[in-house]
Amino acid sequence: MSGTTLFGLCAAALVGIGLYGLICHPGPLRKILAFNLLGGGVFLLFGVIAKRGGGVLTAAGTGSDGDPVPQALVITGLVVAFAATAIAVALLRRLAAVSGRDTVEEAGEGDPRC
Amino acid sequence: MLTPATVSAWLAGLDGGLLVLLLMLPVVGLLLVLALGGRYAGRVVLLLALLGLAAAVAVAAAVLQGGESLSYQLGGWAPPLGVRLGADGISAVLLLITAVVLLAVAVYAQRDFRPEPGAAETRGSLAFWMLLLGVWAGLNTVALAQDLFTLFVALELLTFSAVPLVALDGRAETLAAALRYLLFALLGSVLYLLGVVLIYGTYGTLDIALLAARITAADALPPSVSVAAALMTVGLLAKTALVPLHLWLPPAHAGAPPAASAILSALVVKGSFFLVLRIWFDLMPGLLDLPAATILGVLGAAAILLGNLMALGQARLKLLIAYSTVAQIGYLFLIFPLAASAQGPTWALGAGTLQVVSHALAKGAMFLAAGIIYAAIGHDRIRGLAGVGRALPLPVLALGLAGLSLIGLQPSGGYLVKALLQGSAEAGGAWWWGLVLDAGGLLTAAYLTWVLGHALSGSGAPLTLLKAPRRFQELVVLILALASLMLGLLPAVAFDLIAIGRSLGPEPIATAWAGAFGWDGLAAGLLPVLAAATLVLIFGPWRGHRPTGALGWPAFGIAALGEAVELLDARLRHWPVAGLSLLALLITLALGLAVGT
Repeated sequence: MSGTTLFGLCAAALVGIGLYGLICHPGPLRKILAFNLLGGGVFLLFGVIAKRGGGVLTAAGTGSDGDPVPQALVITGLVVAFAATAIAVALLRRLAAVSGRDTVEEAGEGDPRC
Repeated sequence: MLTPATVSAWLAGLDGGLLVLLLMLPVVGLLLVLALGGRYAGRVVLLLALLGLAAAVAVAAAVLQGGESLSYQLGGWAPPLGVRLGADGISAVLLLITAVVLLAVAVYAQRDFRPEPGAAETRGSLAFWMLLLGVWAGLNTVALAQDLFTLFVALELLTFSAVPLVALDGRAETLAAALRYLLFALLGSVLYLLGVVLIYGTYGTLDIALLAARITAADALPPSVSVAAALMTVGLLAKTALVPLHLWLPPAHAGAPPAASAILSALVVKGSFFLVLRIWFDLMPGLLDLPAATILGVLGAAAILLGNLMALGQARLKLLIAYSTVAQIGYLFLIFPLAASAQGPTWALGAGTLQVVSHALAKGAMFLAAGIIYAAIGHDRIRGLAGVGRALPLPVLALGLAGLSLIGLQPSGGYLVKALLQGSAEAGGAWWWGLVLDAGGLLTAAYLTWVLGHALSGSGAPLTLLKAPRRFQELVVLILALASLMLGLLPAVAFDLIAIGRSLGPEPIATAWAGAFGWDGLAAGLLPVLAAATLVLIFGPWRGHRPTGALGWPAFGIAALGEAVELLDARLRHWPVAGLSLLALLITLALGLAVGT
């Protein structure tokens, strides 16, 4: 098994775990963590594609075998995911401070477990 | 000397530099507002919104006159390495409607968030205006960006600005609604990003024009691209709140301050829809011929029925308007199955774009009118609206006029949308879409009658207003509502703007309503609406005082239907159910796209 395949499978596993957590865990903090796992899987996939090479620079004959464009995209994606996490945690802290609640289900809804 | 000749010469001389101006205005505004503080923020944003409207009009005029897209390469770098900005017809329309609604909200909210002279600044006075500028920056970028990753960043900017708008007042309910909105939107954006990775891995570029050329040149879509299309589409549907992914919309849109609700409902959900348009009409136009397009249409029809039925059962005016948004989003997705019909995609794209404009104007007016009513009487319970029609005639009039546009009566924007959709449905022999349109119109008429009936009924004692409405606020609301109602009276050439920048079918949009306007059509549209209104007036539970305040399902003898609809909606809006529907939708769409090719 080549390195890119292994990391590709890891990325798929991370995406799967993240999706499971985001959908099934009732607590918002767990959902935020699951979102980060899911994002991690997607970013890893960017890395796999960068390692696999090809892309514009190789086509232009620059002599490099990796593809730097996905890395630039990942850095932007990380900043976006970081900002998203910060907003979510800030909202959650505020919610807990105001009401003591830590759930996103509306009041009066049934069993919050999956 | 300002003659038509000099204006047209000036417009022809405009190149893409104007596009950069539209991106810079809100960002410069953010810095200015931060430096000047909340006391002057409102006036700065008002000034910038005026400039932005002028720039958007200039872009639209240049596109319309040149008959082709404007384009600008940042730093002179060509794609695939560089980033390109571009404005075609539908971009220009999105820029225009954003600028118009933003200006209206900026005027409306001038006093709402301004600190009293001498008093300390509040958090809201600065935050509201900065978030408003953030939404504007996000929407302008969505309109202009031409590569999938820049569009991702633009969508995130839009979401991150929209979420705090929901929780501006800091109450526990709105904080929970905002968190719910943010988490579900994040799920959507990660799925979109996953689709982007797959596309990059397959083609090595993200520029829409380059990708479209490669995708149409190939005989069949590679499996990875089918999956990517499904991932991106479903991710965007989660952000657009199409049924069954609408769990976050009603509490978020109903709980926000009125000026913020207007922006969220009128503009923010349109940003992600616009991206769905880009993917299905520009990036992979082949998708429209597949049976998978029907899935989007069916969900749209479900949204129209469920949203309107739920709106009919609401006790609070703002929640009613929020559910009406759920329904109106459904119309946006009816265009996908109809795009493959005889008229080609032109009519479908025209209907989608017009629905964006018409709903933005109407829903902006309705939320702002509801805000005036709420501020004046201290609540928005529909059963407690008696006497409001006399005390606040202009906001109630605006509610009614905007409602007429949602119903789709001549000459409103809603009518144009329905005319285009009906025309495409009949040409394609798919008459059942027309039934959904009619049912949606009748249900809209029913809840409009319910609200106006209460507002216009007299109360024993004259109403004492907590806070007198400001005249300029009432005028802004009325102007928005009138604009939505009068959209059909625009000169026909304005509608040709929509088709510029793409090679679509042979039918110009304006021909669709060559014979559509007239007294016969008006009467034919008005009769069923009047009949529905009469039914509600006669059989509605006007005298009963049930605490839930739902419209009289029992009186019609169909209580079970009302309860079933409410139960269905509550179940669908349960987080795990919504998450699983999202996965199911993803798999169905991916299979549909892969098998179809």
